[in-house]
Amino acid sequence: MPAEKKVGAQTVAFAKPPVVSATAAIAGAKEGQGPLADTFDKVIDDPYCGEDSWERAERRLLQEALEMALKKAGLKPRDVDYLLAGDLLNQIISANFAARALAIPFIGLYGACSTIYEGLAVGAMLIDGGFAEKVLVGSSSHYATAEKQFRFPTEQGVQRTPTAQWTVTGAGALILTATGTGPRVTHATIGRVVDLGAGDPYNMGAAMAPAAADTMVHHFTDTRRRVADYDLLLTGDLGFYGKTLLEELMRSYGHDIAERHNDCGILIFDRENQDVHAGGSGCGCPATVTCGLIMRRLRERKLNRVLGVGTGALLSPLTTGQGETIPTVGHAVVLES
Amino acid sequence: MRQNAKRAFDPGKPLEMQKQAYKKMVKKVSPKPPVIRNSIWAFAVGGFICAVGQAFLTLFQGLGLSTLDAGTATAIVLVFIAAFLTGLGLYDEIARFAGAGTIVPITGFANAMVAPALEGRTEGIVMGVGARLFSVAGPILVLGITAAWLVGILYYFLGPRTP
Amino acid sequence: MIFLKAFVVGGLICVAVQILMDRTNFKVTPGHVLVGLVTAGVVLSAVGAYEPFVKFAGAGATVPLSGFGHILAQGAIKGVQSGGLLGAFNGAVAAAAGGITAAVVFGYFAALLFKPKG
Repeated sequence: MPAEKKVGAQTVAFAKPPVVSATAAIAGAKEGQGPLADTFDKVIDDPYCGEDSWERAERRLLQEALEMALKKAGLKPRDVDYLLAGDLLNQIISANFAARALAIPFIGLYGACSTIYEGLAVGAMLIDGGFAEKVLVGSSSHYATAEKQFRFPTEQGVQRTPTAQWTVTGAGALILTATGTGPRVTHATIGRVVDLGAGDPYNMGAAMAPAAADTMVHHFTDTRRRVADYDLLLTGDLGFYGKTLLEELMRSYGHDIAERHNDCGILIFDRENQDVHAGGSGCGCPATVTCGLIMRRLRERKLNRVLGVGTGALLSPLTTGQGETIPTVGHAVVLES
Repeated sequence: MRQNAKRAFDPGKPLEMQKQAYKKMVKKVSPKPPVIRNSIWAFAVGGFICAVGQAFLTLFQGLGLSTLDAGTATAIVLVFIAAFLTGLGLYDEIARFAGAGTIVPITGFANAMVAPALEGRTEGIVMGVGARLFSVAGPILVLGITAAWLVGILYYFLGPRTP
Repeated sequence: MIFLKAFVVGGLICVAVQILMDRTNFKVTPGHVLVGLVTAGVVLSAVGAYEPFVKFAGAGATVPLSGFGHILAQGAIKGVQSGGLLGAFNGAVAAAAGGITAAVVFGYFAALLFKPKG
């Protein structure tokens, strides 16, 4: 017997759609010079955020975003049932250590760059399932910690390829509540792990586009909806070439998304003037864009229904070293104003 | 649109065929690095570093050092400059444009030692800095020394006999 | 004249490596390039091709890391000439000791003095 709120193979439809009652987006200096500067709650110009290591800096970004979301919602940590958070670093240390400071019952997530959407989906399930009233969700990334862990030391002389993306320094956080005012989460489509054989860690968009396509196609099938039912189809961090590939893939599935599709990695930087090659990436990319720009547009009712698909590349430097291709995942939620 | 047989990618095909088709798609969409522009930069910066090296080499020879010693002294000076520029955070900024022009000279070797070591600071001056100094330089020394040792061994058994 | 030769020859080695890196995939990292250069230098030096090259191009041949390979190989050969089999173990590193020590010492101090800028 299929579950009560399950729709089709991968989608759940919330009976009482949880509300995004407060959001916070904190970004780094480069993001603060980009086109979305005025959608961030705070821009921290110091890449160390006043700390003495990159890792502590990222932790501070996440913790500040989480605390700011709480403050905006008028809540104290003890008012929240669960904290759902994750980041890119080994053992999700940014999330773990921020959770240590907040002392909220904590569920750590790892969906790489899709984490904020994974958190939205799981948080909404917890609330609509009756297991929570209020859930705090957050995710972060930092250019230097990500480079250090996944690629090269920041000071090493390395030339980036045209398909390389720039890891966003930033954190996004949001409060999901059972009641209240704000954008609502009506559906969630949990992605399968997909791998179409792309192995280049400097072409993440190409690796992740198939996961975004897989989740989008299942979402449309499960909900019997079409592209035209959405004002915006937003992907997390496919970047410029990943966006083209996704649109091409979707065409082969019979969906023409090009006109309504955009990507957080493209929105967050000015590609012409910021030397970011194929666009932004990292957990902080969809987190800051969604918690900043998108939620604002939903509140202003300039957007009414958005399908957000967070995309994550589930690789590690170890698997790349061992010659494995890149498994990827896309998690989607429907946000309505 | 659904029936378009000309589409390169067909989600109805088996996974292996999808992978092949997707590989072609990615290749078509992803741009190649700008080889000409990169090469001009590499030539200019790499050439410049070698010319600076020549200036030191000539200087040290003029001071009376043998060719071999002057070469070592030049290497020491270049390594110092590269370590300093890496510490200031300038070496990677040049390398973003210069590519191989900043990797190939001995300054690239010094940069590859200092860059990981800088990031090791937060883990202490023994296992942080000390170990990370060799994360890129280690393989270079291991393979270089092994190859040279092999040359020595071959020379011992096969080379000309000294009376 | 030697300056021009050093510039052009050194620059051309960089161009060759640049084209190699641009034409190959992500698996060729700067580390691989540097290892390749050192090993190539050792091999070319062993067959006697590197010494004439150094005479021609000066720093254009010694500053690229293949020059480091040349020093290692010549050190090993000279080591064998003067010290026999033991020289094969002593020679290479002894000849390159100045460069290696400089890289270790300056690298270590640079890492202690500076913070990465990101």
